[in-house]
Amino acid sequence: MTRVLCLPDEQRRRLAGWAKAAYPHEACGVLLGASQGDETRVAEARSARNIVTERARDRYEIDPEDYLAAESEAASRGVEVVGIWHTHPDHPARPSSTDREKAWGGWSYLILAVTREGVTDLRSWRLDGERDFQEEVLK
Amino acid sequence: MSQVVIRIPTPLRSYTGGADEVVVQAATVREALARLGERYEGILERVVDQRGEPRQFVNLFLDGRNLRGAEGLDTALDGGEVLAIVPAVAGGRDETGTTLPELGVRK
Repeated sequence: MTRVLCLPDEQRRRLAGWAKAAYPHEACGVLLGASQGDETRVAEARSARNIVTERARDRYEIDPEDYLAAESEAASRGVEVVGIWHTHPDHPARPSSTDREKAWGGWSYLILAVTREGVTDLRSWRLDGERDFQEEVLK
Repeated sequence: MSQVVIRIPTPLRSYTGGADEVVVQAATVREALARLGERYEGILERVVDQRGEPRQFVNLFLDGRNLRGAEGLDTALDGGEVLAIVPAVAGGRDETGTTLPELGVRK
């Protein structure tokens, strides 16, 4: 069964702005929303600090304090952290071996390919039972 | 024994039947996690390693304070604290490989 990630235009615009502003470094953050069946709806994308500073062009790790703040806000709003987003500067919007190695199950992983001109592609992925990424339908 | 609320992150809620919070009685953080593990099979192994220390990709926050490097899991509980299990979220593009123009990713 193909899963669906619903990402409103307003949130796409916010993500594109953060992605371009961070270029050539990776940008990252969390997606707040709700899941029902095979569909996840994003209510709000949030930006987070990347604590990887020495390799910010090709690595990210979300500041755990930013994650904690996002999760607390999600709980207060009756939603939850449904996914993670990050950028691949000058690389395709496909998970890398590093992404796969460090991914958690049960989340959508939205990847934005970004160049100097801005976002060129965005795709969403989710780990299956074999810890392989399967692409989600993005609406 | 003190009462502590353990916040469960989304990826680990499959172990708790969807619960985002679990209340346990414990004297230390280590005991609190042990109580969690007794109640929900399999979750403890996702949080601590074989030596009983936090896994590399897990952070533990007690009332907003990161326990890594402090007293750690032996931190005493007074009661009423919130212990948050925070997954380390990381990744990044491949170090080598084809760049966007060569792949012709659609605009």
